[in-house]
Amino acid sequence: MFKIVEKTPLNPTVTKLVIEAPLVAKKAQPGQFIIVRAKEDSERIPLTVADFDREAGTVTIIFQIVGAGTMELNTLQEGESVHDFVGPLGRPSELEGIKKVAVVGGGVGCAIAYPTAKRLHELGAEVHSIVGFRNKDLVILEKEFEAVSDRMAKMSDDGSWGEKGLVTNALEALIKEGNQYDEVIAIGPLVMMKFVCKLTKEYGIKTTVSMNPIMIDGTGMCGGCRLTVGGETKFACVDGPDFDGHLVDFDEAMHRGTMYKEFEAHAREEACNLFKKEVE
Amino acid sequence: MAIQRNMDPKKCPMPSQDPNVRNKNFDEVALGYTAEMAVNEARRCLHCPKKPCQSGCPVGIDIPAFIAKVAEEDFEGAYKVLSASSALPAVCGRVCPQETQCEGKCVRGVKGESVGIGRLERFVADWHREHSDETPARPAPNGHKVAIIGAGPSGLTAAGDLAKLGYAVTIYEALHLAGGVLVYGIPEFRLPKAIVQKEIDGLKAMGVDIETNMVIGKVLTIDELMEDYGFEAVYIASGAGLPRFMGIPGESLKGVYSANEYLTRINLMKAYKPGSKTPIMHSHKVAVVGGGNVAMDAARCAKRMGAEEVYIVYRRGMEELPARKEEVEHAEEEGIIFKTLTNPVEVLGNEDGMVCGMKCVEMELGEPDASGRRRPIVKEGSEFTLDVDTMIMSIGTSPNPLIRSTTPGLETNRHGCIVTNGDDGLTSREGVYAGGDAVTGAATVILAMGAGKHAARAIDEYIRSK
Repeated sequence: MFKIVEKTPLNPTVTKLVIEAPLVAKKAQPGQFIIVRAKEDSERIPLTVADFDREAGTVTIIFQIVGAGTMELNTLQEGESVHDFVGPLGRPSELEGIKKVAVVGGGVGCAIAYPTAKRLHELGAEVHSIVGFRNKDLVILEKEFEAVSDRMAKMSDDGSWGEKGLVTNALEALIKEGNQYDEVIAIGPLVMMKFVCKLTKEYGIKTTVSMNPIMIDGTGMCGGCRLTVGGETKFACVDGPDFDGHLVDFDEAMHRGTMYKEFEAHAREEACNLFKKEVE
Repeated sequence: MAIQRNMDPKKCPMPSQDPNVRNKNFDEVALGYTAEMAVNEARRCLHCPKKPCQSGCPVGIDIPAFIAKVAEEDFEGAYKVLSASSALPAVCGRVCPQETQCEGKCVRGVKGESVGIGRLERFVADWHREHSDETPARPAPNGHKVAIIGAGPSGLTAAGDLAKLGYAVTIYEALHLAGGVLVYGIPEFRLPKAIVQKEIDGLKAMGVDIETNMVIGKVLTIDELMEDYGFEAVYIASGAGLPRFMGIPGESLKGVYSANEYLTRINLMKAYKPGSKTPIMHSHKVAVVGGGNVAMDAARCAKRMGAEEVYIVYRRGMEELPARKEEVEHAEEEGIIFKTLTNPVEVLGNEDGMVCGMKCVEMELGEPDASGRRRPIVKEGSEFTLDVDTMIMSIGTSPNPLIRSTTPGLETNRHGCIVTNGDDGLTSREGVYAGGDAVTGAATVILAMGAGKHAARAIDEYIRSK
């Protein structure tokens, strides 16, 4: 059992948990992930390490409440424990040697983009952050990003926060302005990462994406998380989750992501009813 | 008391669920002997002085001795004989391929059927579980610490043997439950998980510490275990869990599973139970590619999940199927359709990226290859499409690279298997032993247990001679 030492809602649908897991905290690096099981009969859910404190022995995860599994995780309160917490898994991001970088975060993907931006800032890179949300109510980690970014572009779909538009609009503007990036790092919904890659390919800028396929074990024993990268089959949990975005087959990944859509919709509905009953 | 010998040339049959009932539930297929049946079967043993059966048992159980106790109706006495050699008798009695091991060497098998050694082992272990609440004694500690990587059959066996010798044993397991293939691979209908748990609880009662959620190679390395945690020896029993795919077009379509993923969802995550929080596809027509025991398990699970048609697609013939004969028979009885001499060449998908068919070719068998098996050759112009919505790849697994890539100086071969010295399981690193599928590649539960036994003995000798 792993104790929740802090629980903070970041917006109505995104929650931050700080979990006591000293061994994981000791080894975790940006880009890696953990697998969590809220309760004894819960599903295994992969979540990226959003932060860690080696001294305090804690690991921070940030998740969006999108379905039954995350809803269940969100029922746990500060002081309670998650049943299982495994990690750190996957390969750490390769951030050394980058001098100038654009970090693009979309929605809850910003929770993963932030530690990357922070680490790059610590390594002395010039960091341009481009973060996008659907609207101002969903904004997370604004101050944190500002603190580690040399420049920051804020985008929202409806213009209620920062500028109206997509992250690709802001990225293209920065590129056209004459910014020469060693690398673009994009983390967010698949469709966002796909279009960032399409754009950077035109400009010939190396682009790394953090993939988020369906996972079970997260240790390489099932291949449920497989992706096609440069024509080869890769397991995101052991070969990734970071990949060269220009080589990823995004359309296939988007299809695979919908494998359990019906089940998930049904489970979410059941979970909602269940929680409603508990409240009543 | 002289015991009346039973000279029936045939084994006492084991009661089992009707095939058309059991292919709709996950309850155990084989129901086990009653005490009367067990005693009757035990009396078929001739008590050969040379005990050929014992030489066929990878963990060297004194088979005639335990059977003699059953014949005398001293079931607890029989259990004591079994547990002196085996840490998991209720498991082995169910899943060992006895026909090629103990029962393959039984003298009664020459003219008739061998003694049902596996069934008797199972009966004794089950009887003990139901009748005895005696917890295993905690041996006196000898002051030495050993770490075991992996809580599968090999690691559990080594842990049991070392604990009996007084070692403080810690098992590190990557998943949230101990048992390895016994919990995520072999389905409930062949091996009820409550039985596995009970045998694991027995190990815990003996003082074995099991740390789950620990991926060695990530959270801790073997070097850290030895240098920072004070383990004098490490036994690597991490198995061969990395699934192979065929590399044919369409393998990433929705509805294509590795057998490991399909079985893990069903067995470990209980996706077969209504209300399970882990999803699984509810398929109508399923093709399982491969012919081993894992393929049979996956096919029989798919049938139980409600699929109308389930095919085993195998590139060689019925005679060459690597699965146990009994498993193949069970699968056939349950309505699994065998498409042998058939090989998939492409998975077909619809516009949603879902599997909607499988392009196959027919095969014929040519000359024997280096392994002595006749090589399958594609029949010209034999292409046809099999109408399926799910495909489960069960063409083998290899060891996970996680441990070899994080343990400097650990020698592995070109298949990724850890290289060991003879039967001892000693690796190229001092104090580091390995066994089971991590060394042999995918093999059987009992061979993994045998390796665990050998390694435990070698580790004990190594630590005592230090």
